[in-house]
Amino acid sequence: MTRNEFICLLPYMILAAAPVILMLIITISRNLKVIYGFSLLMFLMAFLSLFIVMPSANCNIDSLLTIDSFGVLFLGIILLAGIFITILSYQYLSMHDGEREEYFIILFVGVLGSSILVIASHFITFFLGLEMLSISLYVMIGYLRSRGYCIEASVKFLVIASVATAFLLFGMGLIYAGSGSMVFQDIGKSMGEMTRISPLIFAGFGLILAGVGFKLALVPFHMWTPDIYQGAPVPVTTFIATISKGSVLAFALRLFINTGGYKNGTLIIIISAISVLSMFTGNLLALGQVNIKRLLAYSSIAHLGYLLITLITGTPSGIEAAIFYIAAYTITSIGAFGVISILSVHERDADNIEDLKGLFWSNPGIAIVLSLAFLSLAGMPLTAGFMSKFYLVLAGVKSGLWLLAFSLIINSVISLYYYLRVIKTMFTSSETAKSVSLTPASRLVLVLIVTGILFLGLFPSWITDLISTYLGIN
Amino acid sequence: MILVLLILILMAGGLLAWLAGRSNPLLARLISLGVIIINLILTLVLYLSQEKSVGQRWMVEFSRNWIPRAGIGIHLALDGISLLMLLLTFLIGIMAVLVSWKEINKNTGFFHFNILWILAGITGVFLSIDLFLFYFFWEVMLIPMYFLIGIWGHENRIYASYKFFLFTQASGLLMFLAILGLYLVHGKETGSYTFDYQQLIGTKMSPTIEFLLMAGFLAAFLVKLPAFPFHNWLPDAHTEAPTAGSVILASLMLKTGAYGLLRFAVPLFPDASAVFAPAGMVLGIAGILYGAKLAFAQTDLKRLVAYTSVSHMGFVILGVYAFNEIAYQGVVMQMIAHGISTGALFIIVGQLYERLHTRDLERMGGLWKEMPAMGAMGLIFSMASLGLPGLINFVAEFLTLLGTFKVSILFAIIASLGLIASAIYSLRIMQKVFFGSKNDGVNSKDLTLREAVVLGILVAAVFIPGIFPQPIIKTARPAIMKIVNERDNINVTGARVPGNSAHRASVTVANLPEDNIPGVAKYPYSDLKPASIDLNKKL
Repeated sequence: MTRNEFICLLPYMILAAAPVILMLIITISRNLKVIYGFSLLMFLMAFLSLFIVMPSANCNIDSLLTIDSFGVLFLGIILLAGIFITILSYQYLSMHDGEREEYFIILFVGVLGSSILVIASHFITFFLGLEMLSISLYVMIGYLRSRGYCIEASVKFLVIASVATAFLLFGMGLIYAGSGSMVFQDIGKSMGEMTRISPLIFAGFGLILAGVGFKLALVPFHMWTPDIYQGAPVPVTTFIATISKGSVLAFALRLFINTGGYKNGTLIIIISAISVLSMFTGNLLALGQVNIKRLLAYSSIAHLGYLLITLITGTPSGIEAAIFYIAAYTITSIGAFGVISILSVHERDADNIEDLKGLFWSNPGIAIVLSLAFLSLAGMPLTAGFMSKFYLVLAGVKSGLWLLAFSLIINSVISLYYYLRVIKTMFTSSETAKSVSLTPASRLVLVLIVTGILFLGLFPSWITDLISTYLGIN
Repeated sequence: MILVLLILILMAGGLLAWLAGRSNPLLARLISLGVIIINLILTLVLYLSQEKSVGQRWMVEFSRNWIPRAGIGIHLALDGISLLMLLLTFLIGIMAVLVSWKEINKNTGFFHFNILWILAGITGVFLSIDLFLFYFFWEVMLIPMYFLIGIWGHENRIYASYKFFLFTQASGLLMFLAILGLYLVHGKETGSYTFDYQQLIGTKMSPTIEFLLMAGFLAAFLVKLPAFPFHNWLPDAHTEAPTAGSVILASLMLKTGAYGLLRFAVPLFPDASAVFAPAGMVLGIAGILYGAKLAFAQTDLKRLVAYTSVSHMGFVILGVYAFNEIAYQGVVMQMIAHGISTGALFIIVGQLYERLHTRDLERMGGLWKEMPAMGAMGLIFSMASLGLPGLINFVAEFLTLLGTFKVSILFAIIASLGLIASAIYSLRIMQKVFFGSKNDGVNSKDLTLREAVVLGILVAAVFIPGIFPQPIIKTARPAIMKIVNERDNINVTGARVPGNSAHRASVTVANLPEDNIPGVAKYPYSDLKPASIDLNKKL
């Protein structure tokens, strides 16, 4: 292993060392605060190590891992989200009793899995990352054993994720049989040499699409999402919505671009159909929800539908739009779920829309954060969501995907209805609403999120310029 | 820089008023009032210094990069039309703050935050000449308005606020798609991807694409205006909003639609506009007559006034698609006239509601005896609404009809029927509210000093330009001539698709009996004597 490769893997080493160190600390003394402080430190170190990686980020380790600028950008988003989720998890877990310390170990394993996904360039490493992510998710979803919903969600996720994994494995096998390689680049090369893509590879791509569809909760593989969003503890839901989905999308983008899948007409038609269906299904089903977590689950189906547009464009501006969208969506989701997490009490999560009644008058600060987050999800100006939708639509219409752009526009209008309903609920007066006291850490999270949403909404060029110069796009 | 300041002052003032309102509602009101007055003074300074910029395309211009890689800039510019609109915006803004002085006691700080941010959005719309920025501000004004209706509105406010938001947002997004389309078409054609209005003007495109893109813009503007048959959201939103909300909606927000037509839809898509012109004029006439008919049929006073907006804005569409200077002067005048007179009528409705706690016409009547001052105000603004000579609305409607007459005598004749209809509904207001027999048990005090000052200023604002419209015409003239000349030049040279310019000729030139109309000069516009001045002498 050369020095350069060593530097490239620095964040991964920190992430991999963290669970071991945490385990050792637990054997010495069980203290949530210590574990929390240490997790935060490790995450920060991993994040800061990215700045060392960034200048030299161009290594291909045995064609298993490709640490390139694309991967590093996604890794940055994942680690930032990890920091926020750690803070929220601590807040959340300190309300509960029992063995809470191991949660952070599993969190690190999950983040490590996702981080591998974004740099995987070989089916083996992809599978490794995906399984690390999934297995830690089974545990995290069911972490609050005393809650019925948690166990139900965990078992459901176990079954569905296993089925999805089976699809993926079979798909990989077929592609290997058809192309003789498991490296994305080589698959692309051998596909390029074929005059007609062999049915084996085609079926393989179909199965992988289904597997990825399960993970991203795209229609028609979306059924599990609302139950699991609702059942999981709020910080875990945040993890699924941001880190898990973002990393799988990064994998899909890399696979598609490296193998040239975006040039295949049939695949494009299938993905376009999935995209449009996801947008409409997600938004239409969200209309009637009274549970915020379920509502956000359906909304995430729609958002992933929007994001599929970038998969089809396959252009540099599409990738840029995807990274910006994921960044904006991540920070916005953390804002929305973070508020719910802060409002939650020991017995239950504050995920009913009624819980938000009168929030604007009892806790104006929190209500502003949540309003901003929802306006951002709806794509209103001044917020990150607006700019991310703008880049997405722009990338889409530049590639001539007018139908998809049009469908995104229609869906934005539909989605407004339920986002506004949540905001409206916060403004209705209520006698029962009481003021919530915020800890300094959660106050900091909320302030950072508001700043992030507004900053991305007002000065997007700072981020997009970074993305584009880094990726070498003009 | 002063243009950016106008917007920033409002936004900062909004935040300040919100913070202040949490401890002291009065302070929030004062901040809000003070901020708008500062802006009005700044705009007046701009108005007084307009002589300096004679011959320039824009009186004041501000340009900075925002998102350079996507060709987006913070490009603000002011010409005569936007200057007049800004004056109207801040004048009405002051009225909106004053009328809610007593009416709004709940969450006063947040209320004024919303008012100031709506005004900031509207100011941005009137100043932006970067299409992306324009859309940005177009959307910025929606959310505070949604809150204004949804929190402080009347019984049915939630429904109304949803309806308002979804209608305007859906149509706005269609415009956004069209903006992106125009951006791409221009970028492919010239290689420079930009949202800048001045560069996008004159983009060559095929007739089909031009028409589709124009349709996207029209969707936003015709809904906002509102034109028949997209007026459905308006009565609900106007009726359920608090008085200040109705005033801002009617007087300012509708104007953004009219302004958009004049500034963007027509200059950016001249050929498609020519094709659309007859249909547009029919929509305008339908709006004039249908709005008037519905206004007559209402029993809710506020709804009645709301429908008169549909009718009055019909004249705007009619004038916009007449494509000549006189009609455009009429359109600008109508925007101001409607802003003042309808705003005033909504204020009177609000004042009646504070006293009687009803908007039902059947439960009013005979109020003149106890409230002669308010009755007199009601009379003045009803007369303004029906277009009595000597008031600004008359000038506006007359110029619009005259401009239309040049293009189509038939349309002008049918549209002028609207004047009769407006007389009917305006007189009905007077008769039902102030005359007739009095209902018992109502407590009706006459105008307080604050209310009298508000209405008094507005009375002056309908009378003075009604008698001396020249300053307004003069301010708007260079900007209007620019729009008309740009169309005209393209028309004369026939630089575009030949089939299309022939089509346009049939609309605008062929059936114009210009020479027969006294006081109206003929083509080319370059040697047009200030025709409007002649007209005004005749008035």
